[in-house]
Amino acid sequence: MKMSSLKAIGFRAVRSLVTLLLCVTLVFVILRAAGDPSEELLPPETPPDIRQEYRVQWGLDRPIVVQYLNFLSRVARGDLGESFASDLPATELVMRAIPKTILLGGSAFLLATLIGMSLGVTAALRHGTAVDRSLIAAAVLGYSMPVFFLGILLILVFALQLRVLPSSGSSSPVHLILPTITLALPLAGRVARFARTATLEVMGKPFIRTARAKGLGQLAVILGHALPNAMVPLLMFFGIEIGLILSGAVVTETIFAWPGLGRLLVDSVNMRDLPVVQAVILMITLIIVLSNLFVDILHALLDPKVSLARTLGGAG
Amino acid sequence: MSSASEQVDIRSTLRLWGASPVIVLCIGWLLAMILIAIFADLLAPIHYTTQDLTARFRPPAFMTGGSADHLLGTDHLGRDVLSRMIYALRTSILIATLGTLIGAVMGTLMGLAAARFRGIVDMVAMMLCDVQTALPSLFIAIAFLAFFGNNIVLFIILVSFEGWERYARLARGLVLSEQTADYIRAVEAFGAGTGRVVFQHLLPNIAASLVVQATLNFPGTILLETSLSFLGLGVQPPDTSLGLMLGEGRRYLLNAWWIAVLPGIIIFLTTLAMSLFGDWLRDRLDPTINKEG
Amino acid sequence: MSASLLHARNIARSYELNRHIWGNASVVHAVSDVTLSVGRNETLGIVGESGSGKSTTGRLLLGLESPTRGSISFDGRPLPVIGSPEWRKSRTRMQMIYQDPLAALDRRLPIAKQMREPLDIHQAGNLQERETRVSELLRAVGLSDAVARRYPHELSGGQRQRVVLARALVTRPDLLVCDEPVSALDVSIQAQVVNLLSDLQAELGLAMIFISHDLRVVRQVSHRIAVMYLGRIVEEGEADDLFARPAHPYTRALVSAAPVPGTKLGGRIMLRGEPPNPANQPSGCAFHPRCSAAVARCKSEMPALAELGGGRKVSCHLAGSPSENQADPSPARTRVPLNPVEAASEDVA
Ligand SMILES: Nc1ncnc2c1ncn2[C@@H]1O[C@H](COP(=O)(O)OP(=O)(O)OP(=O)(O)O)[C@@H](O)[C@H]1O
Ligand code: SF4
Ligand SMILES: [Mg+2]
Repeated sequence: MKMSSLKAIGFRAVRSLVTLLLCVTLVFVILRAAGDPSEELLPPETPPDIRQEYRVQWGLDRPIVVQYLNFLSRVARGDLGESFASDLPATELVMRAIPKTILLGGSAFLLATLIGMSLGVTAALRHGTAVDRSLIAAAVLGYSMPVFFLGILLILVFALQLRVLPSSGSSSPVHLILPTITLALPLAGRVARFARTATLEVMGKPFIRTARAKGLGQLAVILGHALPNAMVPLLMFFGIEIGLILSGAVVTETIFAWPGLGRLLVDSVNMRDLPVVQAVILMITLIIVLSNLFVDILHALLDPKVSLARTLGGAG
Repeated sequence: MSSASEQVDIRSTLRLWGASPVIVLCIGWLLAMILIAIFADLLAPIHYTTQDLTARFRPPAFMTGGSADHLLGTDHLGRDVLSRMIYALRTSILIATLGTLIGAVMGTLMGLAAARFRGIVDMVAMMLCDVQTALPSLFIAIAFLAFFGNNIVLFIILVSFEGWERYARLARGLVLSEQTADYIRAVEAFGAGTGRVVFQHLLPNIAASLVVQATLNFPGTILLETSLSFLGLGVQPPDTSLGLMLGEGRRYLLNAWWIAVLPGIIIFLTTLAMSLFGDWLRDRLDPTINKEG
Repeated sequence: MSASLLHARNIARSYELNRHIWGNASVVHAVSDVTLSVGRNETLGIVGESGSGKSTTGRLLLGLESPTRGSISFDGRPLPVIGSPEWRKSRTRMQMIYQDPLAALDRRLPIAKQMREPLDIHQAGNLQERETRVSELLRAVGLSDAVARRYPHELSGGQRQRVVLARALVTRPDLLVCDEPVSALDVSIQAQVVNLLSDLQAELGLAMIFISHDLRVVRQVSHRIAVMYLGRIVEEGEADDLFARPAHPYTRALVSAAPVPGTKLGGRIMLRGEPPNPANQPSGCAFHPRCSAAVARCKSEMPALAELGGGRKVSCHLAGSPSENQADPSPARTRVPLNPVEAASEDVA
């Protein structure tokens, strides 16, 4: 690995840490600005002496700097208090929800890649034809579709009219189908647009022309040469879009009663179960910061100079 | 010469109307939505909160059982869906427009300050942008709403968070490259203050890109508002927004699909029209903004 | 020579490149140890290859950048700190003309507005007076009032540079720095703009610094000329005298490479070797790797800028007796004859 790559990675890692720290600080600021945490973070029916005990335990009677450092150390240890609703530690609820979100997000990711890549590559191969134009149109329709509207349409058609698929719950693999499609289709639209541009670009590159000259068919060239080359940019694309995927998951999980992070967040907000809200927000931040860091590392390995310049230029 | 500039105007207007029929359609749709939002009071047949419990779940006029009294049917409280959609449209467009404006102004100012002052200002601005990237606006909004409770001013401010960092980064980058240009150097050499340099010269010269960015950002802002309202965290009854109508109608899909689906179509078509219009505008005015912007 | 208006003593300016967290900054010495002065009614030409520090010197003299070493005084007082209120006020007295007039104008504002801007900034007079002043100057540079309403892209290159010049003069400055004012212009109109510049300089009694790499143009407008090489002045003298008897090997090479009207052709001295790089300066005399006259001493010892008498200064170990150039000492500051057709077309408003 080149020195400049290491530099770029090191710089990004530091920057990710700073971002993470700032996000935690933001949560702390929101928490403190909203009022006395012993009011906010304890169930309303808590007796006054318990509240007082909590104040002392959390150091709420101490100076704000001490409180902040306390908060940081608790966050670092994963101690974010207990859920009002279930008496379980907030972190545990989050940990239970994560696999469900990963399952949903992962299958949506696969489906979106499959649909988006095939449409995008097809459009690029038929560049400038009616096929290309209609695929572009389909992609635009896809990514303009609000997730919540798509979910409702799918429920209406497949669960209520045709009665072939369940509309809520997570008890069987079949339950995964509608939420996955809901989350994947808008994403597929973006992937298709991305894949089309990337394919068009890669088709002009020398190694593709060489492969063609060797007599390989167009599809063989694409599958054998262009696609493997496009995998890294695609991963980077998803890394960048992770925030969007997670935002979509909040809505999708709520519509389909899928017990992931997003549903946990919305339910907790509705019940004003603030320790859990706080835990979910912090977890989401962590996931996004790590994905962005992953993208940056890929970037740094591929193109150290550009990446370092980008990093130092602050245009990240 | 006036005749020369007139010619340019006519040509650009022609080009506008020579734009593909799809774009013309998009512009038409958007104008219609804006007019409906402005003249909601005149257009809505009935007030949007008027309930008629004897006329619940009436289907739209075009379905069997529908009547001309309620062209688009009624909801679970017997309220006229068409009237509610007109008012919901007004609320949604108002919030999204305000949100876009506030976000654009704040983001642009931050980008300008970062580029002009550099140093610590720049560092802080870029860190805030990083935080926004790490915490999508939906989550920031949910966190604030959870802790502070819902009120409309807070809600509009939260909606304005959508994409502010894109204006900040864009404005910063544009100013950094623009301010090394001779015409800026010249004005500075005349002793002009930062205010004059920024507002008289830099801003007008980068405005086109920022307007394009605002257009591209608008669908995201509408989606943020409607998503939050859909989740029950945004606009609260008795007010209504397109997202809230969808959220309420979701429970009655089986018997009365129109309550949710009709506002959904409006949201979909409006964001679609705005995206296409924004793409077109970008290609016309400013091919430099990055496509994934 | 009149008493000097602007005086720079041993000024230097260096830039750090690639400076970031992991160090390895390299330093570019754009200007080193430059001393010069210019008086009212006088034009000082600065010539030198690209990268020799001409523009940097110009910016330093105008107080647009502060020197890393040395001091500059204007009208007997040191230049105020950049950005201070006094500095802002001092801007009315010294102005700059840029190489590319289109880039120097805001393409979104009409000419009148831009020309009025220096007056607006310094709140000079009322609106009426400012507008009168603007049309006065438009006429002074040979443009009609109609130009005022136009936008930069609606003007020709020559008209734009006249506008830039008029704008620079609108606050009645004492000092004008022109950085390659004609090199971006069409060859056919360069002469007009150069003539206009030197006419205005004489008429208004300006102190002018004229930067160019084009020796012919510099000779035409300048009373004195300074030759720069790698951030230093290597030779300075009266314009005609310098051309007639260049003392420094570098000046000799420049003069012989640019045949001036009246110079016999032949005897061209070619510059050999790499063009200079200010980030990596040679030891001793910076010119030694390219100097045909270099001796052993040149490699290790830097020659000082020594007075030769007659206002001539040279920085070369071998200088002392400036060699007679073949040039027939034709008078400087002659007007270049204008092509009447171009002259007419330029002034059509
Ligand atoms: N702001 C700056 N930052 C870093 N280096 C600079 C800066 N300004 C000038 N330099 C460097 O200083 C040296 C002198 O530049 P300068 O522009 O003064 O030369 P010049 O004689 O005007 O050349 P040209 O004929 O090309 O205009 C160059 O090597 C340039 O790269
Ligand atoms: S000092 Fe030596 S190297 Fe420098 S110019 Fe004179 S002769 Fe040439
Ligand atoms: Mg220069």
